[in-house]
Amino acid sequence: MDAYGPSLLRVARLYVSSRAIAEEVVQETWLAVLTGIERFEGRSSLKTWLFRILTNKAKTRGQRERRTVPVSALAADGDEDQTAVDIDRFARGGEWSLPPRGVPEERLLAGEARETVETAIAALPPNQCAVITLRDVEGLSAEEACNVLGISETNQRVLLHRARAKVRAAFEEYLGAT
Amino acid sequence: MSTTVRDLACQEIVELVTDYLEGAMDARLRAAFEAHLAGCPHCTHYLEQIEATIRIAGRIEPEDLSLDFRAGLVEAFRSLRP
Repeated sequence: MDAYGPSLLRVARLYVSSRAIAEEVVQETWLAVLTGIERFEGRSSLKTWLFRILTNKAKTRGQRERRTVPVSALAADGDEDQTAVDIDRFARGGEWSLPPRGVPEERLLAGEARETVETAIAALPPNQCAVITLRDVEGLSAEEACNVLGISETNQRVLLHRARAKVRAAFEEYLGAT
Repeated sequence: MSTTVRDLACQEIVELVTDYLEGAMDARLRAAFEAHLAGCPHCTHYLEQIEATIRIAGRIEPEDLSLDFRAGLVEAFRSLRP
């Protein structure tokens, strides 16, 4: 149960107004699973099935709160114009003027690196946060993530692209701070 | 070698990285992308940083759930098993 806790919470937060309500949704999800209300029929991976139950419950709860916003509508984050990397880092011809550096293995393995990435993920807009959590933290496939969130593959890829670009920027800042 | 796809700029490469990693590129674009990487250590480092963040994200451990939440869940389980 602990293994999925934070990821379930992050995805639930897409649909409900507070962390407390998201926690209740996660609790309801586990109850439905453990009491056998929801039966696993092996049509998807166990993890995908679990997240699917969660999003259904969170959506219902969000609708009751009358504040739910479908994920597809959330695709507009207001940061459509944002580039993966600050344009000031490129010269006029599109080549790097302030290039990124390589990743030393010891910095990659440091606990601080994990904290940096985790903090950056938590700070993302909810839909980007949900996509990168399902894909990179939980290891779901693109198809599974689309299925859980009810979004198109293109949409999923755009959200993942923005999310990874921002998390990389945070990681690079951590690498630069020696 | 195909000469029909023009050379990609570094600024374009960073916007194509996700399509590349997701396998969502046609063969010609993929070839142009890989040709650029082969000759550009900076973009290679960019890709390395993206791949590093993906690896690190996969190592994130569960945070501590709030105590109230835990208590509520334990309570709920108890009520299931008299």
